Amino acid sequence: MTESKAGWPLYEVFVRPRRGLNHVHVGSLHASDDRMALLAARDLYTRRNEGVSLWVVRSDAITASTPDERDPFFEPSGDKVYRHPTFYDIPEDVPHI
Amino acid sequence: MVTAEVAEAVPAQAQEDRFEAVVAAEQRIEPRDWMPDAYRATLIRQIAQHAHSEIIGMQPEGNWLTRAPSLRRKAILLAKAQDEAGHGLYLYAAAETLGVDRAELTEKLISGRQKYSSIFNYPTLTFADVGVIGWLVDGAAICNQVPLCRCSYGPYARAMVRICKEESFHQRQGYELLMTLMRGTDAQRRMVQDAVDRWWWPSLMMFGPPDADSPNTARSMAWRIKRHTNDELRRRFVDMTVPQAEHLGVTLPDPELRWNEERGGWDFGEPDWSELTRVIHGQGPCNAQRVDRRRAAHEDGAWVREAAVAYAAKRRAEQSAESGHAEGTERPATAGQHAPTGEHTEHGEHTEQENGK
Repeated sequence: MTESKAGWPLYEVFVRPRRGLNHVHVGSLHASDDRMALLAARDLYTRRNEGVSLWVVRSDAITASTPDERDPFFEPSGDKVYRHPTFYDIPEDVPHI
Repeated sequence: MVTAEVAEAVPAQAQEDRFEAVVAAEQRIEPRDWMPDAYRATLIRQIAQHAHSEIIGMQPEGNWLTRAPSLRRKAILLAKAQDEAGHGLYLYAAAETLGVDRAELTEKLISGRQKYSSIFNYPTLTFADVGVIGWLVDGAAICNQVPLCRCSYGPYARAMVRICKEESFHQRQGYELLMTLMRGTDAQRRMVQDAVDRWWWPSLMMFGPPDADSPNTARSMAWRIKRHTNDELRRRFVDMTVPQAEHLGVTLPDPELRWNEERGGWDFGEPDWSELTRVIHGQGPCNAQRVDRRRAAHEDGAWVREAAVAYAAKRRAEQSAESGHAEGTERPATAGQHAPTGEHTEHGEHTEQENGK
């Protein structure tokens, strides 16, 4: 178990602001277990009706890409302009396209 | 957090250039980006001091929780104190993304090695102080904090967006409390004026020493941690506050306060900077009391933290026994440092507003 000096692992908190929207990362907190993380997340991040659903996940369970957002990891999508609708020339007078 | 891709070593100069370019382009630096050591150290010191201020800031108002004059005022004050605790936690979490541990920061606070805002070393003598703290102290904090929503360090900026939204409630409840007192008896009006007289100058000192004595300002502004100088923010606060004082019917205790037609703002007197120095160096009215109280709360809470860890261990043992995996299903240990993933904030771009409303 990952432990800070306080002995409590770190959790990342995600809130769904309302139905129909994705859960969004809002911050993090320390808790002794999953249940406490959920309760603390409610008290800390939804004091003013900011959400209808909460996820908490231990930070050490997240796998991430490298920090640099411009690194070659994302290169494959860089040169594929034909994936965008604006790549295609359609005459002005063609309707609904 | 686990990083799946391993980056190749980048030359130091290229890293620094990239950092400078991101800052210059008004983009945000994120936790796992390369950053200069001094930038990291400056942020840790500033965010920790800010977090400590929120936590210590619960004490002056906590003094009145059990003596609030009505259930309504008590509920409001409780909610406000809970917000301060929340602000402290957002900020400790932001500091932790820079590689420090919250427990370490708490230790530095209660051992006096890290500071908090000098304003919280003044006592709250009457209930009017609760109103004046909301109006002036939180008002000054808003002035300081709104520009921090555009700070170059992402986690700090995002915490500030959240905090500024909540500070607006703090300021308005304080002003409303004072308006209510001003509609009361002469004794109540005198109580408000007395509180304003005591809190006005310390509130002006919240913006820090004058620009000439603030050697780190230039560098913080170049890094876009800070957006305005101490004196600029102080002037902005006075300009915002004078008409509010007039509306309230109180006198700000500064004989030099007068409208400057040319500048389109209020001229005001010089705070007693020797007082700020004294309070920062531990000689304010309540310094010892504030830190002692924080230390006692931390030490008295030790058994709760230990019990929570013991309970979590017991539950884990029970669960692994139930699922038949007696031996280690525990996750690998990583450092205390973490990094929030992704670029999302639920607020999107925050535009600077004059009073955080």
